[in-house]
Amino acid sequence: MSSHAHTGGSTVHAPMAEPSGFIRKYIFSVDHKVIGIQYFLLALTAVVIGIVLSLLMRFHLVWPNATLPFVSGGQMSQEQYLALVTMHGTIMVFFVLTTAPQGGFGNYFLPIQIGAPDMAFPRLNMLSFWVTFVAFVCIIAAFVVPGGAPISGWTGYTPLSGLGEITGPGEGWGQTLWIVSISLFCLASLLGALNFIATTIDLRAPGMSLMRMPLTVWGWFVTAILGLLAFGVLLAGGILLLLDRSAGTSFFIPAGLVVNDQLQPHSGGSPLLWQHLFWFFGHPEVYIAILPGMGVASHVLSTFARKPVYGYRAMAYAICTIGFLGFMVWGHHMFVSGMSPYSGFAFSVLTMSIGVPSAIKTFNWLGTLWGGKIQFKSPMLFALGFVSLFVSGGLSGLFLAQPAVDNMLHATYYVVAHFHLVMGVAAIFGIFAATYFWFPKMFGRMMNEPLAKIHFWFTFVGAYCIFMPMHFIGIAGGIRRYADASAVGFLAHLQPVHEFMTIAAFITGAAQLFFLFNFFYSLKFGPKASKNPWNATTLEWITDSPPPIDNFGGHYPSVYRGPYEFSVPGALDDFIPQNLEPSQVARVK
Amino acid sequence: MPSTIVTEEIELIHSGKGPGGGDSSGDGGNGGDGGGSDSSGATRVPQRAYITGMFIALAGILMFFMAFVSAYIVRKDMPNSAWIPLQVPRILWLNTLILIASSLTLGRAHHRFTAKDEDGFRHWWATTTFLGILFVAGQIIAWRQLAAQGIFLATNPSSSFFYVFTGAHGLHLLGGILALLYVQFRATRKVARGTAIEVVSIYWHFMDGLWVFLFLLLYLGR
Repeated sequence: MSSHAHTGGSTVHAPMAEPSGFIRKYIFSVDHKVIGIQYFLLALTAVVIGIVLSLLMRFHLVWPNATLPFVSGGQMSQEQYLALVTMHGTIMVFFVLTTAPQGGFGNYFLPIQIGAPDMAFPRLNMLSFWVTFVAFVCIIAAFVVPGGAPISGWTGYTPLSGLGEITGPGEGWGQTLWIVSISLFCLASLLGALNFIATTIDLRAPGMSLMRMPLTVWGWFVTAILGLLAFGVLLAGGILLLLDRSAGTSFFIPAGLVVNDQLQPHSGGSPLLWQHLFWFFGHPEVYIAILPGMGVASHVLSTFARKPVYGYRAMAYAICTIGFLGFMVWGHHMFVSGMSPYSGFAFSVLTMSIGVPSAIKTFNWLGTLWGGKIQFKSPMLFALGFVSLFVSGGLSGLFLAQPAVDNMLHATYYVVAHFHLVMGVAAIFGIFAATYFWFPKMFGRMMNEPLAKIHFWFTFVGAYCIFMPMHFIGIAGGIRRYADASAVGFLAHLQPVHEFMTIAAFITGAAQLFFLFNFFYSLKFGPKASKNPWNATTLEWITDSPPPIDNFGGHYPSVYRGPYEFSVPGALDDFIPQNLEPSQVARVK
Repeated sequence: MPSTIVTEEIELIHSGKGPGGGDSSGDGGNGGDGGGSDSSGATRVPQRAYITGMFIALAGILMFFMAFVSAYIVRKDMPNSAWIPLQVPRILWLNTLILIASSLTLGRAHHRFTAKDEDGFRHWWATTTFLGILFVAGQIIAWRQLAAQGIFLATNPSSSFFYVFTGAHGLHLLGGILALLYVQFRATRKVARGTAIEVVSIYWHFMDGLWVFLFLLLYLGR
């Protein structure tokens, strides 16, 4: 193993031995590929639960008096509805939108795309997955503890979340478990972020300069930096909140607060302090969810348009700019909290300035497509869907970014529609694009293309049918957390819109069965995938499908070119892998 | 690591750098990887990654503590904050001096290590560990003194923050003590000894500086 030899742009080492035994190989594995799949399966479980919760919410909004077999007392109470809201948001934001793109695909493909055998700290990687898993068990346990799931929303606003059982049925055990779960999740994400950053800085293959990294790697790298700087703040907030609840401190609970006719024994705390700590994390979290999707979209658009990414450098800088600005705009979630109009103005201007790098990205995505030989494969469809949803959802952000407009729209369905399109569904489309794109590499088999296309069209049209009408309910004043809007006079006439959205949600939810079936069927019965089924250029496509334990079977690549050399004039093939030396490129005679 | 080969390789390299570990592989690890051409091949984690990792970890830890600090500043100046300034126990002055001294002895240990003086290194490294334990003991005494005056976690926001700051810092320092002990007694595998010494030193000096900052905040910003 001490023999290193150079052969055609790769360093040769003896291949690594696989660990023996089921537990070392699949459960407590330190292999980033296994951990990536573990994260992915965790997110898949979470997303199924999250979708079922949202369908229950949609059902209740339209048929509030229906008798449900699994609800004690038959009818869902308003508190139970709020518990659904809280758990849907928490599970989706943390255990799906953060876990799948970063923990799942980032873990699996970041080391391979930079030509490394594994993450820098494999044991830490394993630890971060298992802490995430415990966090997930904690949040799911909140369903079954006395009092049930918490009702204070995914933002856990104080004082509601800080006082215990007196403020509602889920605010005892359920809320405590919520805080423990989120704090553990923060810890795990910090460890993960540390690993991602160190790996990207120190484990790149020879020749893999920063400006030769695939844009997916840029997305994961900047996301990891955001996570490193944001999750610690939420962890600190979670500890203080836990102390308020269990140790009788008064960080967030004001003096003289009377709940259910009982004076609370707290003094002088600030509920707004929690909002600041939460949103200092919460806004970067939005970009933690979407930046990997942006990377995947750029990657997939370029591959299936058979063209280089238009303005690669601008794309990389735009990712960094979005990440940087993402830390300075948390106040736009708090325009109606009574903050000074001057700081509101500053937050507003900074927020709208994020439109600049976002527009650069959109412009360059369109520029990448322009004049390309577009192949409408399923990953491409989902990447195009990502761009569409990102634009549609992003535009409403410009309205919400203005305090005067936000005063009207705050806490209405307009906000719900905005963030579901731009960070929820768009990020999910990024995940789907990544799944269809990398499934052959991860599992060595192809997914079924017609089923994937059916899945795309149902999901794409369905998402718009659910969330576009939601804007109108918001503009009409529909309050987002009301369990039963039919009882509110000025909202009652909007019930038909709610009915339309609910039907669309059920159809879209059912269409996900196409995906689940396709996924599990193809795992076993899909046609075998070659090394490079999409004729792509980056390093994951030069190794076997699935890759060997050390990713490259002992042949470590050197990198000679940028990540998106498609349709290079003079070259015989319409793609040139990153590890090809200039002399190895076949030319047109 | 998933395979034994990686470990063996590192041990080979490590043992190849001279007996007793009394070499400057901490610095050598940095310099040697610059070219990235031959012996620093891709199957191994370069030693500099551990140092990079420590700096990244410190950025995360800094944000964690700064969240507490900003909460402290905001909470203290709230209208109706019910804030009663806390007289910090006088033993904290002594503790602070002890911790600063531990940074100096750690620097001494590092210097001895670079000079390939294994005995000197072990002596000063152990002294640092001892001073670290002394500091934590001192912090616990400070807690007990406050408790004897009837000042607990929930007594006043100022005391809440005092316990949060000292507790969070103390836990981080305990981690540092464990790392010091690890280097003293093990640290021959995986991470080359020089790198381990480097990484632990960075962490320890940071925790020292962080404490001085927190102490000044608690004392001057009360």
